[in-house]
Amino acid sequence: MSDLIHASAVELAAQIANKTVSAVEVAQAHLDRIAEVDGRVNAFLYVDGDGALEQARAVDHAVASGQALSPLAGVPLALKDVLTQTGVPTTAGSKILEGWRPPYDATVVERLRDAGVVILGKTNMDEFAMGSSTENSAYGPTHNPWDLERIPGGSSGGSAAAVSAYEAPLAIGTDTGGSIRQPAAVTGIVGAKPTYGAVSRYGLVAFSSSLDQAGPFARTVVDTALLHSVIAGHDPRDSTSIKEPVPDVVGAAKSADVSKMRIGVVRELSGEGYQPGVQARFDEAVELLRAQGAEIIEISCPSFTYALGAYYLIAPSECSSNLARFDAMRFGLRTDDNGELSAEDVMRHTRAAGFGPEVKRRIILGTYALSSGYYDAYYGQAQKVRTLITRDFEAAWASVDVLISPTTPTEPFRIGERVNDPVAMYKADLCTLPSSLYGGPAISVPIGLGDENLPVGLQVMAPVMADDQVYRVASAVEKALAQQWGGLLLDQAVAL
Amino acid sequence: MSAPLIDFDEVIANFDPVLGLEVHVELGTASKMFCGCATEFGAEPNTQVCPTCLGLPGSLPVVNGTAVESAIRIGLALNCSIASWCRFARKNYFYPDMPKNFQTSQYDEPICFEGYLDVDVETDEGTRTFRVEIERAHMEEDTGKSLHVGGSTGRIHGADFSLVDYNRAGIPLIEIVTKPLEGAGKYAPEVAKAYVGALRDLLRGLGVSDVKMEQGSLRCDVNLSLRTSPDAPLGTRTETKNVNSLRSVERAIRYEMQRQAALLADGTAIIQETRHWHEDTGVTTSGRVKSDAEDYRYFPEPDLVPVAPSAEWIEQLRSQLPEPPAERSKRLRQEWGISEKEMQSVINAGALDLVLATIAEGADPAASRKWWLGELARRANDEGVELESLAITAKQVADLEALVQSGRLNDKLARQVIDGVLAGEGEPAAVADSRGLQIVSDDSALLAAINEAIAADPDAAQKIRDGKVAAAGALVGAVMKATQGQADAGRVRELVLQELGQ
Ligand SMILES: [Zn+2]
Repeated sequence: MSDLIHASAVELAAQIANKTVSAVEVAQAHLDRIAEVDGRVNAFLYVDGDGALEQARAVDHAVASGQALSPLAGVPLALKDVLTQTGVPTTAGSKILEGWRPPYDATVVERLRDAGVVILGKTNMDEFAMGSSTENSAYGPTHNPWDLERIPGGSSGGSAAAVSAYEAPLAIGTDTGGSIRQPAAVTGIVGAKPTYGAVSRYGLVAFSSSLDQAGPFARTVVDTALLHSVIAGHDPRDSTSIKEPVPDVVGAAKSADVSKMRIGVVRELSGEGYQPGVQARFDEAVELLRAQGAEIIEISCPSFTYALGAYYLIAPSECSSNLARFDAMRFGLRTDDNGELSAEDVMRHTRAAGFGPEVKRRIILGTYALSSGYYDAYYGQAQKVRTLITRDFEAAWASVDVLISPTTPTEPFRIGERVNDPVAMYKADLCTLPSSLYGGPAISVPIGLGDENLPVGLQVMAPVMADDQVYRVASAVEKALAQQWGGLLLDQAVAL
Repeated sequence: MSAPLIDFDEVIANFDPVLGLEVHVELGTASKMFCGCATEFGAEPNTQVCPTCLGLPGSLPVVNGTAVESAIRIGLALNCSIASWCRFARKNYFYPDMPKNFQTSQYDEPICFEGYLDVDVETDEGTRTFRVEIERAHMEEDTGKSLHVGGSTGRIHGADFSLVDYNRAGIPLIEIVTKPLEGAGKYAPEVAKAYVGALRDLLRGLGVSDVKMEQGSLRCDVNLSLRTSPDAPLGTRTETKNVNSLRSVERAIRYEMQRQAALLADGTAIIQETRHWHEDTGVTTSGRVKSDAEDYRYFPEPDLVPVAPSAEWIEQLRSQLPEPPAERSKRLRQEWGISEKEMQSVINAGALDLVLATIAEGADPAASRKWWLGELARRANDEGVELESLAITAKQVADLEALVQSGRLNDKLARQVIDGVLAGEGEPAAVADSRGLQIVSDDSALLAAINEAIAADPDAAQKIRDGKVAAAGALVGAVMKATQGQADAGRVRELVLQELGQ
C-alpha cells in the first residue's frame, strides 16, 4: 500500500488505466494515510471518504468498460477549502462560513470531476486565504511535515502539507500573493500560480479578485503540469478568464530543455533579509541552469521593492468589499439573532464573532484605503505601483525569457514565531508578490535544504500566457537535482 | 404630518427653483444584468435567483450584452456621448436586500454622458421648449425587495420581522441623471412632468423597457432646492423618492416648493435629506438625513472587464434608432393637419402611442384622437388610472370605429359598447350583439315612428310643409327618443323631409 501513496500521479494513472490497481484501492490507500498522519499534520478540514470512493468507483467502472480516460483519471487530490464543491462543507478557514454547504461546483471542481480526479476532501488554509503560515485558520494551524513545529507556509498550507505528507499526490491551492508558491517551497514540493485569468475563479471564494488565482501542487513538475492542464482554460462564467488556448505546459515539463534560454536573475530579490542557506541553494540552481546551456543575465526590476506596500493596499481594499457579503442574512454563521436586535446589529455581531483578527485587520485597512479623501493616496497610488511593476516585467522580457529568484527569503519559521508581527509575516511573500501584481505565471520547485535543514524553493516567473516556460525551467532544475540526489528532495524528509 | 405651506404664486414671487431628476429604468431584458436568471415581474418570491444574484461566496458576474446595447441606445436617443471605454464600479454599503452588500454600478466612467432632451410645455406665452440637460446615464443592478411584517409603518423600524425577495436583485437598471435644471421658474413642476413623460415615450419607443411607473420599472427621484434669485448660490436640496406617476412628479415638486419656501420664509434652514412622496395624502415626509459625506468607497469592479463598445457598433445602433419623439410629433402634426397645441394635448394625455396603434389598426387619425382624448380619457380620469391602463386595446378602439363607420353604431351606441368592453364583455362587435345595440336602419320601422311624431306635433309638421325645414329638428329628436337612440339621425331627417313633401 505504501507504494501507492509514494507514487506520482503519472504512475498512479498508468496503473489504474492498465488495471494493475483500482482507483478505489488508490483512494483507500490515501484515506488510510490521512487517518494515520493527519491528526499530527492537520492538513484536512473535511475528509469526504464516501464521496472519494464513489468517484473512484466511477473511474473503475470507466476502466472496466474500456472508456477513454483522462491522464489523471482515478488520481486522488486534496482541494483547498476556498473552492465550492456541491454539498461539501466550504469554510474558507473561517468560522463565519461554518456549516455552509454550497449549492454549486466551482469550475475547477467541475473540471476535476470531468477528468476523473478523485477529491479526497477540503484542506486547511489561512482564513479567507489571508496569511503566509496557515496559522490564521479558525480551525487550528497546519504543521509542516518536515518539522511539525514549523509552519507549512500559507495560505494554501493544508494543500501543500497534504502533498508533502503523502496524503495526496495532487492538490489545488490558490495564490493571491504567493499562497501556492511559498507553501510549496517550504514543504519541499512543486506549486504553480498560472497566468491570472488562465484558471476560472468561478466558485473560488474571493479574497482579492484582481489577484486570486487557483493552481496546482504536486511532488513532480510533470504531475503539476498535468493538473494545470486539467483545470486551466476559458470559462464564460468568469469575465476575467482568458480566451486563449492553454500553453503546452505538459510538453514543456517533459522536454525540460533550457539550452539557449535566457534566464534573468532579479537583483532586487536577494541580499539583506535572505538567509545564507537560501541564497546558497539559489546560486547553485543558477549554476545548474547555466550548465544546461541557459544564458544567465542579471536583471534589475527597481519597482519590485514597492510590491509589498502596493499589495497590502490593493488586496485589503478588494477584500473589504468582497467580504461584505458575509452578513448572516443568507448563509453561514448568524450570531445573537434573539428577536431583539436589528438586522444591522445581527450583521455586526456576526461579523465580530465570525472573522478572525487578521481578516478584521485587512478589512479595516482596505476600508480605510478606499475611503473618500484617501482613495487617491492609497488605492490609487498602489495601482500606479502595480503598473510600474508590470513595466519592469515587460522591460525584462526584452532581454530574457524568464526571471528567477528564491521563492521565499527564509526557510519555514516556527509556529507562533511571527503571529504578533504582521509585517514580518508579510515578508514571507516578498519574492512572490511582484508576479502576482503583474499577473504572469510563476512556479516554485525544490532546490535543496537550507541552514536549518528545511526546504528551499526556486521561483521561475514568465510573461503572461507563457506558463509553459516556467514548467520548462522548473523541470530542468528538477532533473539535474534528481541526478545529484537520486530522487526527489522530499525523499530526504524524515518519515512521519 | 402636513407641513406649513405657502401659496405657489408667492413661492414664485420670492424664490427660484432648481430641479434635478434621477430616473431609474428597469430594462426589459430577458435575463438579469450579471447572471442568466429570468426577470419576469410578479413571480413567486426567490424563484428567479442563482449563486450570482444571491451573492453566494465564489460566484461571479458576467455582463449582459443586451443591457449594454440598451444603455447605448438610450444614450444615443438622449443625444449623449458614448464612452469608448468604461468600467463598472462597486458602491459599497450594507443593506439586507443587497446580496453582496455592494451594488455593481458605474461611478466616474458612465457609459453615456453629456446629452439632452427637449420638452415642450404650455406657458402663458404659448408653447415653450425647455432643454433638459442630461449629465449621465449609467448601468447598474437593482436590489432585492424587503417586506417588513408587523409594526404600523411598513418600514423596517418597529417591524416584527422582514422578508426579502431577491427576484429583483440583479435586474438591469439604467440611471439617467439630469444636470441642475434652472430657469423654469413657475413652470418647474410642468417641465419635470413633461421630461419624465417624454423620457417614458422615448424609452417605450426604443422598446428597452415597459416603463410602467406603477410597477416600478420607471422610478423617479426629484432633487429640489430654492434660492432667492437666479444669481444667488444654490440652496440646500431635498431628494424626494417614491414619485410613481407623471401626475405625482408635478404634484410632489409643487408641494416641495411650497414646503421649502414656507420654511425659508420663516428663516428655517432646509435639511438635506431624503423625503418620501405620499400619493394619497399629497405630501412628502422626512426619510433619512443624507450628508454629502456618505462614503460608498467606490472602486472599479475587479470581477468585470471594461466595457469598450466599438465605434462601428455605436454607429450601427445609432443608424437603427427609431425616429426621435420630437421629430415624430412634428411629422405627425403635419400628416394629421393639427396644431402644435392639439398635438401637445395628445402627448400630455399619454395618448400618442395609443392613437398611433389605433391608426395602425385601421382607424383614421381624427377618429382615433377623438376616442382616446374624449370618451376614453374621461373614463381613465373617472377610474383614476393612466390612459394606457384602461381595459381596452387600440385594436378594439379601431374595431369600434369601424362599426361606427359601417353605420351599425352611432356615437351614443358606441359609448355603450365601450362600457361593455371595459366591463370585460368581449370584443366590440360581440358587445353590440349581446347588448342588442344597432342603429335602426329599416326605413319602414323608422317611418312608423316618424308618422307617430308628425301626429304628435302637427305644428312642426305644418312648418316643414311650409318650407321651414329647420323645424325638422324637433321631429328628428322625437324619433330618436322613440327609438332609444338606435336610429341614424341623418336618415331620420331625410325621411321626415320626404314624408312632408320637402
Ligand atoms: Zn441570478
